[in-house]
This record gives sequence, structure tokens and C-alpha cells, in this order.
Amino acid sequence: MRVNKALVAVVLCGLVIRPAALGQANPVTSQTSEKPADLPAGKRSFERHCALCHGMDGKGGRGPGLNRARLVHAPDDAALKSVISDGIPPEMPEGWFFSEEDVANVAAYVRSLGKMPPDPLPGDPTRGAAAYAKSGCASCHIIGGAGSGFGPDLSEVGDRRNAAYIRRAILKPGAALPDGFLYVRAVTAQGETIEGIRANEDTFSIQIKDASGHFHSLRKQELKDLQKLRGQSPMPSYEGVLDAATLDDLVAYLASQRAKE
Amino acid sequence: MKTLLTALLCALFAGGAAAQVPFERIAHADKEPGNWLTYSRNYQGHRFSPLAEINAANVGNLKIKWAFQFPNPSNEVSPIVVDGVMYITGPNAAAALDARTGRTLWIWKRPIPTDYHNIGFARVNRGPAILDDKLYVTTLDCYLVALDLKSGTQLWATKVGDYKLGYSMTVAPLAIDGKVVVGVSGGEAGIRGFVDAYDARTGKQAWRFWTIPGPGEPGHETWSGESWKTGGGSTWVTGVYDPELKLVYWGVGNPGPDWNGDVRPGDNLYTCSLLALDANSGRLRWHFQFSPHETHDWDAAHVPVLLDAKINGRERKLIVNANRNAFYYVLDRATGEFLTGRPYAKQTWARGLDGKGRPVVVADTEPNEKGALVYPNLNGATVWFSPSYSPQTGLFYVAVREIGSVYFKRDAEYKPGTFFAGGGEDELPVDDAWGAIRALDPASGEMRWEFKLHSPPWAGVLSTAGGLVFSGSDEGNFYALDARTGKPLWDFQTGGGINANPISFNVDGHQRIAISANAVLYVLGL
Repeated sequence: MRVNKALVAVVLCGLVIRPAALGQANPVTSQTSEKPADLPAGKRSFERHCALCHGMDGKGGRGPGLNRARLVHAPDDAALKSVISDGIPPEMPEGWFFSEEDVANVAAYVRSLGKMPPDPLPGDPTRGAAAYAKSGCASCHIIGGAGSGFGPDLSEVGDRRNAAYIRRAILKPGAALPDGFLYVRAVTAQGETIEGIRANEDTFSIQIKDASGHFHSLRKQELKDLQKLRGQSPMPSYEGVLDAATLDDLVAYLASQRAKE
Repeated sequence: MKTLLTALLCALFAGGAAAQVPFERIAHADKEPGNWLTYSRNYQGHRFSPLAEINAANVGNLKIKWAFQFPNPSNEVSPIVVDGVMYITGPNAAAALDARTGRTLWIWKRPIPTDYHNIGFARVNRGPAILDDKLYVTTLDCYLVALDLKSGTQLWATKVGDYKLGYSMTVAPLAIDGKVVVGVSGGEAGIRGFVDAYDARTGKQAWRFWTIPGPGEPGHETWSGESWKTGGGSTWVTGVYDPELKLVYWGVGNPGPDWNGDVRPGDNLYTCSLLALDANSGRLRWHFQFSPHETHDWDAAHVPVLLDAKINGRERKLIVNANRNAFYYVLDRATGEFLTGRPYAKQTWARGLDGKGRPVVVADTEPNEKGALVYPNLNGATVWFSPSYSPQTGLFYVAVREIGSVYFKRDAEYKPGTFFAGGGEDELPVDDAWGAIRALDPASGEMRWEFKLHSPPWAGVLSTAGGLVFSGSDEGNFYALDARTGKPLWDFQTGGGINANPISFNVDGHQRIAISANAVLYVLGL
């Protein structure tokens, strides 16, 4: 059989989720389904196929936490089922291998997660905004249109990442790299060394964004050296730089960065 | 005057666009290097073009001559080209194009039923077949359709299988002497597979070979209970034909359910096997099973290749196959005798092959509840996209996927027309996977050279008498390598992932290369 490439594609999960503004969870089972969904079966399927990004408990990790009443890509059960079956290209792979019943069970389980209370955040987002400004984060990141775009845009990072992931990324940037993120060092035929984030790559070429935001287009065959610095990030670690309370504030500020209604 | 003009026009059409393609023309494809008359250009499955205008010295000057935009993405078509006309297919569609300009001459479409489901594969079609005055096309809703070459008018449509039971067709048919041979998809839906032949003129079924033997048939004892009824054994990749031995060779897909073998103890014949079928009767001459009791979805879904070579000092008529299970096999094509085999990609499931070619399986490599890490992944070390054999270099070229995955087993319950898979896989992170074009010595499978690819490919290989090998990458690179060394000579970013097989043909005496890249068909020349 020919499996769709989306499975092979980056397993970065992209369910964008909004806070429980209405405080109202969807019913666990779709009103149109003939038989009630099997929640334990949905949980098993979720743990096997979804937990890699969304966490074993559904509270998120590489992908967003799903313990929210309202899911932006899945406002109703039909939409949730189609997200589970079809994925959200290119970030979330499709669940082509799920039967209709599997999809219904997983959907029901995801809805049940929406009834879980969100993790409490000890910090203060307002103080966190000040810590963000003071720590120089905006020299590499953009929030709400302000800052520099060398690193990932953090405008809606609270929709994509849970607080634990954000905390880890601040303390150990190399241990919390987004899928597909790669820091590289290339040496050209002329002996020039170019370091930066890989913007794209194929068999013959690589595109690198350096710290000044300049894009370099390089033919791989013409390079003297190309090193893929796996597990490395140009971002400095803030471990020991921020005190515990400031770190809590910064995490709270970033976790509150969500899409506007 | 008017009558004369009409007569002239009729004569022009009869001699031009309406070329007749009798079996003899296809059987002697090398007499017509400028045409591409069957899926792999010849019945032997070589995907080699004798055209040599484009060569290592000038391939750097290749340019786009024209492009055709499909109405759908992810096209996998391998076109047919006859006397200046190109025939292409898509899901439930076919078209004739002017091979000089890419302009459409006719289009044929058949609606896809609203209750049709593609179970475990994309909505694609891998190409048409041609014979005499007809073009043959398979459809997702499982019909074999004959079209008039001149107009695209549907002449007949024969129901091959019931799509409501999960049968489907994406395969390019194989048109041989008076018959059109086809196979079916549906290996993830618990079908009972078959290879069919139809009368090329009338569409009437000539024979059927069930890939899962029923009660009383040899091989039935390799199934238990009722498991044979949902045993899978799809036949979704075009086979090859030996016109002298009059044998059709066809690969068989995975058993059902894919990843849970508990419900089907036994070798599960003829899944994951190569069949040699008598072209006249459809009777089984011999079979060779690559992966007995298979549980990783490694269909025998790579085009087998017929070639002659010396083995232990003796000239042999061979059939060779780079299998999805990561082993390369060399068999005698008259008898099916296993001659040699070896891995051509990373694999962790077998210690090797025994004297009869049966794998010596490593313990604990079957899918389980917690997950078993095994190489290759479920798509295999290679899959449906074609290999190539160049009689000029004497090398066998294959696009290789270096990727492993964690295989899971779960319960499978058969419900007609739904997934019957019994598990799945979690692939390893993308950056750990890579790909390659490898040149193998066809008689031994030993690697002669390798060209590394950024990621596991989904494109087939074309070799040419210009000393070139063409293929494509998943990131959209279409490229040419030196057929003797693997050195990259030219590449072009098509802008769309390439999941197709390249072909080559002539227009006005000048060589062209064609490749589909996602939603665009490119035709290149000097």
C-alpha cells in the first residue's frame, strides 16, 4: 500500500486551541452517532498515536494541550473528527489508519480532556512581560508584531506549547527544539563560515538564516563542510540567569500568548 | 474539392493520431526508441530508454519544453507516448496530449462515487496501457475501461471488483497479446486479492487467479479457519511479461490484517510473493514467497525485472526483484528457483536468507502492544516506484528508503469496506531517515555506487542510453546522475514532491524526458 507522506512529514502538532471562554464543554458523544463512543478505546488510540505530541495525559508537549473546552480547529464534533482523520497539513499527520469507530472514540476522548482543569500557573503574566523585555528576548523573537524574527514567532506560543515545555525551552533551549528545527554551520568554497537556522533543505541545496536575518542560498556540492548541529540552539540558556519567581512570571506571560478571538 | 480535402484529412488522422499499436510493436519496443509503449517501456520491466541525444556532456542544458497542470495533486502517472501523442491518467480520468506542446487533444472522466473510500492509499492512478486502437485505464471504483485512442470515447467498462468491499484500482494495466492484465488495491480492507486478464477487444474476463487460495486449492493449508476470506493479497503494482515463455509475472501484497498475524497462523500464501502465471490460462506456473507470514505491510510491490546474466558461469534467464522487505532477490524466471539474495538497505528483521531464499527471522521483530523498532518502515526499503535496468551499463538501479519505525499490534475486526489493519507504526523522526539511488550488480545484488538523498524518496528511476539515470526527490528535485558512477550531473527544483516514474521519448526526432511532480507534468529537452 501507498501511505500518504503526511505520516512521514514533521510530527509537529498544530491544533490551535483557545481558552475556555464560554466555559462550556461539548458533549462527549456526537448526537448523530448511533452508538456511544468507547472512551477507554479512544484513550488507548490517543496514547498510541496522539500522545507523542499532545502528551500521554493530553496536556500537551511538542503539540498543544487538548485539555481545553474549545478547540479552534475543531469547534464541533464533525470538525474534530475530520481533524483526527485528515490531520492539519503540514504539521499534524493524518490518522488514515483509524476506522470510523476509532475516530469517534478518539474524538470522544479528546472532548473528555476538555473537562480537565488547566494546569495552574504560579507566575504573573504582567511581571513576565517586563522580564521578557528586560531579558532581551525580543532581539530574536516577535510577539504581537514587535521584535526580531531570527527565532520562532511567540505571538501564539500559548496555543502551541504547554507551560512545562515553555519552561524547559527557556532553561535548556537545545532540549526543547521544535521538530524540523536545525542549527547548522556551513563552510563555503571560499572559506567563509555561515552559522544559522536551516530554513529549508533538499538533496542539492540548503537555505540558512543567520543571526542578522539574512538568508544564504548554498549548493551543498560546493560546500567545504556542512555540519548539522543537532540538539543545539542559538538561544542562550536562562538557567541561573533568571530567579525562580521571574522564571514563573516569564512562563506565565508566554503561556498567555494566544490567538485573539 | 471538399471530398478530396475530407479524404486527405481522414488519411492524415488515420496515419497520425490514430496509430495502431499491435502487440508486436510493444514486444519489439527497442525498434521504436522514440516511443514509450508500455508501463516500463518494455515487457521486461527495464524502464530504460535507448535514446542517447541527452548525455553526460549536455544534460546540463536541459530545459522545460512544456508543462501540463493536473486538476488534482500528487500525480503518480507514468505516461504512454506513441507517434507524437502522450496518454496520461489521473484518478478516474485520462487525457491525450500533443507531445510537442502539451496541449490537450481529448479528456475522459468518470465520476468517483460519493460513497467510495480509498482505504490505505491516495486517490491516484499510475498510468494507462495501449493495445491496437484502444487505451486501457483502471478506476478507483474498480473498473477496467477501454477508450478509443482517437477520441477518448469509452468503448466498454468492465467491473473488476466491488469498491464497497474495499477493492480499488490505481494500477497501470499490462496489455499483452490480446489480453489486458490488471490487479487490485485493497490490502488494508481485508479483500481477497486476484490477478485478472480481460479480452482486450471485448472486455470479457479471460481468467482470474485468486492470490488467496480457497478450500481445496494448493496453498489453502497455509491459512487457518476462515482467515483466507479476508487474507488480502492485493496486486496493485504492474507486472512484467516474458513473450517467449508466455508467462506473466506479478507481485502480491500483504496479508490481512497487516500488523496482527495472530488470526492467520501459517505462511499465508500467496501474499508477499511473486507469481508466474500462464498468460493464456492464468494458471500458476510457479511462485516464490519473499516474506512468509508477513506482519509489517511489506507487499511484493516493486516491478520485477527480467534480464539474462551469468550465475556461477552459466547464462541464466533471470527475474530480479528489490523487495519492500529490504532484500534483493535473483530467481530463475522459468522455474522460480532461488539463486541468490542479499539486503540492499538497512534491515533488522532477518539474519539472512536460507538456501531456498526463505528469511531467517530475528526474534521479537513482529509488531507488539508496546511497539517494536524495526527497519525498514512499513513503506519498505523501496515500494511501487519503478527500478531500472540498463543493458548499456549492466546495472540495476533502485530508489532506496533508509527509514525504520516502531510497529504496533492491535485487534482487528473485519467489517466490509473498512480498515482491517490490526495495528500501525510510529515513524522515527524525519532527520534520521534518508534515501539513496543505488546501482546494484543485477546478478548478485552487490552495490556498485550510491547517490544519497536528503530524505526517503517516492520516485522511480529511468536509465537511458545517454549514460544517464533520472529520478526525483520528495523535496521536488528532478535530477540526472552519471549511470556508471552515480555522480550528479544536473538538477532542477520542480516545486512539488515527486511521486512518479520518469519516461523518455522523441518529438520531431529530439529526445524528451517527462516527470510528474505533484500537480504538474514537466517535459524537458535540450
